Amino acid sequence: MRILLDSFTKTFGDVTVIKDMNLDIKSGEMLALLGPSGCGKSTTLFAICGIHGMDGGRLLFGDKDVTSLPSQKRNVGVVFQNYALYPHMNVWENIAFPLKIQKRSKAVIEKEVQAMAELVQIEELLDRKPVQLSGGQQQRVALARALVRKPDILLLDEPLANLDAKLRLEMRSEIRRIQQQTGITAVLVTHDQVEAMSMCDRIAIMNGGKIVQLSAPEEMYRNPSSDFVAGFLGNPPIAFLEGVIKDSHCHLHGGETRVALNGHAQKVSDGQKIKLGIRPEFFRPEFDLKVKGKISFIEAHGRENLYDVVLDNGDILRSIQNHDAQYQLGQEVTWGICQDNILAFDGEGERL
Amino acid sequence: MKSRNFSSLPIIILLALVSLPLVTMYVFLFVDTISDAPAGSLIPTSFTLEHWRFLWEEPKVGETSIWPVTLNTFIFAATTSSIVMTVSLMAGYALSRLNMPFRRFMLAGLITLHAFPTITLIIAIFLILQLLGLYNTLLGVIIVKTALELPFGIWIMKGFYDTVPWEIEMAGVQDGASRFTVWWKLVLPQVQPGLVALGVFSFLSAWSEFILPQVLSPSGSGQVLSTYLNSLILDDTRPDFNMFKSVGLFYAMPVIFIYLTFQKKLMNIYGGGSKG
Ligand SMILES: Nc1ncnc2c1ncn2[C@@H]1O[C@H](COP(=O)(O)OP(=O)(O)OP(=O)(O)O)[C@@H](O)[C@H]1O
Ligand SMILES: [Mg+2]
Repeated sequence: MRILLDSFTKTFGDVTVIKDMNLDIKSGEMLALLGPSGCGKSTTLFAICGIHGMDGGRLLFGDKDVTSLPSQKRNVGVVFQNYALYPHMNVWENIAFPLKIQKRSKAVIEKEVQAMAELVQIEELLDRKPVQLSGGQQQRVALARALVRKPDILLLDEPLANLDAKLRLEMRSEIRRIQQQTGITAVLVTHDQVEAMSMCDRIAIMNGGKIVQLSAPEEMYRNPSSDFVAGFLGNPPIAFLEGVIKDSHCHLHGGETRVALNGHAQKVSDGQKIKLGIRPEFFRPEFDLKVKGKISFIEAHGRENLYDVVLDNGDILRSIQNHDAQYQLGQEVTWGICQDNILAFDGEGERL
Repeated sequence: MKSRNFSSLPIIILLALVSLPLVTMYVFLFVDTISDAPAGSLIPTSFTLEHWRFLWEEPKVGETSIWPVTLNTFIFAATTSSIVMTVSLMAGYALSRLNMPFRRFMLAGLITLHAFPTITLIIAIFLILQLLGLYNTLLGVIIVKTALELPFGIWIMKGFYDTVPWEIEMAGVQDGASRFTVWWKLVLPQVQPGLVALGVFSFLSAWSEFILPQVLSPSGSGQVLSTYLNSLILDDTRPDFNMFKSVGLFYAMPVIFIYLTFQKKLMNIYGGGSKG
């Protein structure tokens, strides 16, 4: 079901946490709300499910205005960060609880719970108590409980934050599989960009209570609208160089290096300060725009190595290369930047 | 739990030494109620049930039978603990969860009341009860005892509610349950150990209460076991010490029984409560 937030505003006391947010989530889509801590992701999520009232704006599910509908009537399934399983009930009772509230018949409950347990693969755990489950298993139970009454919308608040790295990987594809299998519209709150990029159809990246960009993961990675987005997405992260425009070229601070501004030349004027973003995969020996520097840090990633290179002017560039390239710490290198893939931002951080 | 790090023997010996006098006292309390010993001796010489005669003998003129008094005590303790449980259950939830005005003020008030030496209020209470016509009635004592127990009860229950994660309630609401169902089905089972403990504590506290009945209901129909025992001892015409012991034991038996039954649950009150 389509979700539409129309100039949503939320205040706590006299602090406005979210102001005039517009967000249109398509039916059947999985959308990530991505952003740093405290940017208002959970607040947005809780407004959608009705835990928080809205201080302004409208919320539509499909064509229906649900702005002032209580949580109980919204038919939204929520998975909380700490799962919030009912500790005094066993797994079966936990999953059956929403159906019992709806006063469904015993046979129906039995059947639906069984079907859910199969979907999330916990059939053999049904009579355990939550404390007897591992984190990943609790996660699955929470998912089953949220899905059992066939909600129109599934909301997940940092569902993987409490899991260890391996389990996180597993549950990532698991949640995505269940979402696609049920075709449910889902919103995933996360501050982990890898999670957002790997699980979701689209990402809404938030900062300070605003959505700064809303696009598909690929598009967002290649075409960030601001330096904030560019810096948030990508691991290892992008490196920024500062420079000044002269003769339609960008001169890096304190160095001789000039970078041609393909296609952006008309948007800038001489003397303007700009920022260039260079992703680690576009700074390697084989590219043509050479810069000189010294390797200040080497991080082995197994298949690849990550190098930090300090330029003459003190700026740092990162490069990711095959691990068989033998470079030493402190070695002077002259590597190239791939000019076509430089991301240029103006003084305010807006993309040029 | 056994620990092999250190020997527990010295501790056991120490405990035994300290508790020996207590145990001896209890043993003699029991033995004396069913036996006679020659004056000046501790060693009983004959078995008798005579000291328990107050249980079945018709009271003489001017004396009261122990049974109505026991019933009074039971009514007093049971009513007090039910009211304390009910009110604390609801007030604790409100203080822990609901965003109501004067919440901080009320919390501070609770603490103050809890720490307040209640006995200093007794004159005022006495006057108020007399004004209301509740002086010398069991009802008056119940009301006063309940009121004095409430701050403790509410505080304890608030502590228990505080440990129930907020998300559990939100999850319940999302699952379609009303606020009341959430409280009843999801929150209550988790504070239930605290509730049981509180119930037992307030029952026992009322059961052993002496000062309030003594001052507020000294004569007449409102007598409870503690005041009964007191008047028995004060009565010089029947100085039967072994019977005092029997009445005392009779009075203490429910307490011992309840403690043994609820032992485990009572420990909870220290585990879950008292979290600001
Ligand atoms: N009940 C509240 N009262 C006052 N301020 C609040 C309340 N809840 C949240 N806030 C504020 O609103 C802002 C957004 O909070 P929110 O919980 O949505 O952040 P978030 O993006 O989910 O962060 P995180 O990743 O840490 O969970 C924060 O600055 C927070 O301090
Ligand atoms: Mg959050």
